[in-house]
Amino acid sequence: MQFPAPSKSPALRTEQIILFRVSGQLFAVSSGSVQEVRSVDSLAGSAAEITAPGLKKVRHIVRRGDKSLFVVNAALHFGLPVTSGLLVFVLRRTRTALLIDGIEKMSTMTRLQALPQAFCNEERTWYRGVTALDQNVIPVVNPEGFLTSEEIALLEHSPTPGASSVKAAGSSIGSIHEPAE
Amino acid sequence: MNPRNDLGSQSFVLLRLGDRRFAMVASQIAELVAPSRVFRFPHRTESVEGVILRRGRIVPVCDVSEKLIGKNLLTRRFYLIAVRNYGAKSEWVALPVTGECELIAAEMSPATEADAPYVAGWISHDGNVIEVLNIDALTPGPVSAPSVCVPLEMQEAAT
Repeated sequence: MQFPAPSKSPALRTEQIILFRVSGQLFAVSSGSVQEVRSVDSLAGSAAEITAPGLKKVRHIVRRGDKSLFVVNAALHFGLPVTSGLLVFVLRRTRTALLIDGIEKMSTMTRLQALPQAFCNEERTWYRGVTALDQNVIPVVNPEGFLTSEEIALLEHSPTPGASSVKAAGSSIGSIHEPAE
Repeated sequence: MNPRNDLGSQSFVLLRLGDRRFAMVASQIAELVAPSRVFRFPHRTESVEGVILRRGRIVPVCDVSEKLIGKNLLTRRFYLIAVRNYGAKSEWVALPVTGECELIAAEMSPATEADAPYVAGWISHDGNVIEVLNIDALTPGPVSAPSVCVPLEMQEAAT
């Protein structure tokens, strides 16, 4: 007598995520999307000011080899009260260095749910979706959602008046710190 | 029973927002639940307050009181969970309501051009004329087919 082969349940796909805080709000990002986590202090020496009209969320540019990264203040991006960011996520395969308040913890996501269709504005590009974790619902950010191609083009053609002075100052930690409101 | 009276009869759920009552077609209602924690995160869609967790689903909470009665609700007793269509797809949407809901049968008169887009029609009940709500027009959603949706490679991975 032959028994049918036991059907294998599909392996549960999981994804490592980093939970981080911005102005008291919890977000998640895939750990695979984060190339580096740096303190603001450690980046200050290579940062230069940048001014792009109508784009307040980016005030600094960081030179990394032959690449320039734009420091996006996450609080301003999400429309949250501005705090003094302490950490920067260098996001893989993007031009974004994300200024955040701090890391909450590492965790594992087993299910990413689509953002409900009722959310129908910019947030659809901000988030990959939402996940339920420890009886909480956390938005999972889209690393490519912080700067549009138009914004990157605008930043590339924007003046960087503070470049020399910040580089010369070197230890000017306050150059990336955003003033808390 | 007069069969002729039942030909156009449908089931409706009556809901209360402040002093006013509205109706929705019963087949568009998934359930009525007690208020639970609303999870909020940054977004730019007006009238979406946040989301609740219900039976493993993430359900947006849409406060439609401003649109319907011109003011926000001070108290809410239940969330009426309605089925909202987005093209071929449908999703749950939670509407805060201020009182008990009631299931009735009535005949609906269709809306006219003079009615607001969120009015699907009218019913008569207890001597009152009550607006039947069109949930698809009342709650936010993409104007056209969503072209900016981010692919979700992990969606429903657990199933």
